[in-house]
Amino acid sequence: MRAILESLLTLALGILVGAAIISLWGRNPWESYAALLQGALGNARALASTVSRSLPLVLTALTFAMGARAGLFNIGAQGQMLLGAVVALSVGLLSLPAGLQLVAALGLAGLAGALWAVPVALLKLLRGVSEVISTIMLNWVAHWLALYLVVQKLSDRVVGNRTFAVPLGMRFPSVYGELTWSLAVSLATALLLFWFLWHHGLGYEVRAVGLNPKAARAAGIRVGRALSLALLLGGVSAAWAGAIQVLGRFPYAITSDLANLGTLGFDGIAVALIGRNHPLGILGGAFFFGVLATGAARMGLKGIPLELIQIVQGVIVVAMAAPEAFRLLRGRTTKAKEGVAT
Amino acid sequence: MSALWQVLPVALRAMVPITLAALGEVFGEWAGVVNIGLEGIMTVSAFTAALASWATRNPWVGVLAGLLTGALVGLLHGFIAVRLRGNQIISGVGINLLGMGAVGFGTWALWGAKSPMLERHLWIPEVPGLGLSPFVLLTPALALLTWWLLFRTALGLRVRGVGENPMAADVVGVPVEKLRLLAVVYGGGLGGLAGAFLSLDWLHTVSATLPAGRGFIALANVVFSKLNPFLALLGGFLFGYFDALGIQLASVAGLSGGVPYQFIRMIPYAATLLVVTLAIGRARFPKALGQPYRRE
Repeated sequence: MRAILESLLTLALGILVGAAIISLWGRNPWESYAALLQGALGNARALASTVSRSLPLVLTALTFAMGARAGLFNIGAQGQMLLGAVVALSVGLLSLPAGLQLVAALGLAGLAGALWAVPVALLKLLRGVSEVISTIMLNWVAHWLALYLVVQKLSDRVVGNRTFAVPLGMRFPSVYGELTWSLAVSLATALLLFWFLWHHGLGYEVRAVGLNPKAARAAGIRVGRALSLALLLGGVSAAWAGAIQVLGRFPYAITSDLANLGTLGFDGIAVALIGRNHPLGILGGAFFFGVLATGAARMGLKGIPLELIQIVQGVIVVAMAAPEAFRLLRGRTTKAKEGVAT
Repeated sequence: MSALWQVLPVALRAMVPITLAALGEVFGEWAGVVNIGLEGIMTVSAFTAALASWATRNPWVGVLAGLLTGALVGLLHGFIAVRLRGNQIISGVGINLLGMGAVGFGTWALWGAKSPMLERHLWIPEVPGLGLSPFVLLTPALALLTWWLLFRTALGLRVRGVGENPMAADVVGVPVEKLRLLAVVYGGGLGGLAGAFLSLDWLHTVSATLPAGRGFIALANVVFSKLNPFLALLGGFLFGYFDALGIQLASVAGLSGGVPYQFIRMIPYAATLLVVTLAIGRARFPKALGQPYRRE
C-alpha cells in the first residue's frame, strides 16, 4: 500500500512540474492536460493506440524488474531491444509459411536478446565487472550495430528513410485500431514472469539472491545460476519489445534513425520503478506512459512541444531515486502524531 | 595513412568533453558517489551556456553559465545521493532523461527549432597564434589540478577517505556528507564545462542529443582510467581520437577503405568491454562506491 502511494505521489509530482512548465510557457495547464487525456483515452481508437504504445514498455520494464529482483541493476534493455527489432525484421528475408515466420521472428529475436546478456553475466560472475558498466557499453555497441544494419543492409530500395517493410504474413493481426495481437506477447510475458518469480523454485532462488546474496549462498542456492537466469530472461523480454514494435505497429519497419524504436529500453526502467518491479504494477506503469505518449500528440496540436512528456518522465525517475524524501516527510508526521499520543 | 593524421586536430577537440566529464566523475567516484547522468549534465549545460552567450553576447559568460549549471545539477544529484540516501544509478538515469526533455523543450520554446545554429560572435575564440581551442590547453591543466587535489592535498585525502570507509572517516571527525556533496558538485561543474565546450566551441549548436553519447564514453573512460586523472587524460585522447575518426569517416565518403563508420563509433565502447575483460579485471575501486552512508 505504502509503495503504491509513493508511486502515485511521484507521478503527481511529475505532472505538477509539467503543469508549472506549461504555465511558464504561457499556456493553460488544465486545457493542455485535458487535451492529453482526450487524445489518449477520449474514444476507443485513442485507447487502442494508448494500449498499443504501452506494450513494448511492459517488456523492457520486465527486463529491469527481473534484474532488480535478483539485486542487479540491469540497464541493458535498450541494446537488447534494438537488436531484437533488427533480428525480428531480418527474419522477413526468409521465405517461411506465414504463421511459422512470426514464431521464428520472435524466437530468433529472443535468442539474440539472451545472447546479448551473456557477456553481462560472464563479466559479472568471472571478473566482478558491474552490470551497470557492461550494459551501458553493450547498449552503445548494439546501437551502432543496429544502425549499421538498418542503414546499410536492410534499407528499402524505394523508400529512402526506412528499412523494407515486414511481410504481411509476419505481422501481428489487428485487434482494434492500432492495437494488434502483440498484446498477447506482453501480457503472457508479464504473467509468466510473475508465475516464475513467485510460484517456481528457480524464481524463488532469484528473489532470495536479490534479498541477500550471502544468505542465499549459505542456504545452498547457486547464486551465479540465479543471476544469469535473471539477466538472460531479461534479455529475451527486451528483445521481444523491439520485435513487437516492428511486427505489431505502424510503420512495420525500422526508420533509418531508429526513431520508431526510440528509447523504449530506457523508458522501461522508469516504468519498472513506477510499477515497483512487480509485473502487475508494471502493467499500470506502462499504461500511464502509454497515455503520456499518445496524448502528447494531441497536446502538440495545442502548441506544447512533445518534449514536455520527457521532462515529466525525468522528474518522475529522479523522484523515484529518493524514496527517503517521502519517508522524511512521513517521519515528521508520525513523530508529530506520537507527540500527540504521549 | 595520411587520413589518420588529418584526424588529429579534430581528435584534440574530441578529447576535451570526454576528458573533462571523466575527470569530474573520477573525483566524485573517489568520494564514493557514482553519477551516470553525465550525458544529461552535458546536454543541459551546453544549452544554458549557449543561452547565456546569446543573451549577453559574451561567450565567456556562457562558459561560466555552463560551469554553474553543471555544478547545480551535480548538487541535485548529490542531494539525492548523499542527503536523501537515494539510489545513485536511478538518479543518474533520471537526470539523463530530464536533460534531454528540458533541452528539447527549451530550444523549441526559445528558438523555434530543434537544433539552432549559433552565430560566429557567440563562439569561443581560438588562442591567438596557436590556432587551438583554449579548452584543449585547459583540459590537461584540469587533469593536473584534479590529480593534485586528490593525491597531494589534505582535502583529497579526506575525499578518498569518505569514499573508502565513510564510517571511519566520520569517527575521526571528517564531514562525510559535506565532502561527498562537494565532490559531486566538482564533478558536475567539470561536466558543465564539457557541455559549454560542446555548444560554444566545437559544434556551435544546441539540441537535446548534442553530446551524442559522449557522456557515456566519458563513463567508459572513467573505467579505463581506474580513477587516475592522468590515465583519464590519456583515455580521453584515445577515445577522442576514435570519436573524431568516426566523424571524419562518416562525412568523407570513400575515406574509410570499406570500414563502415558505425564500426568506428563502436570502438570506445567495445574497447572498454575489452579492457574490463582483460586488463583491469578486478581493479580496486573505493569500497563504499555507490553506497549511501547512514550514521549508526
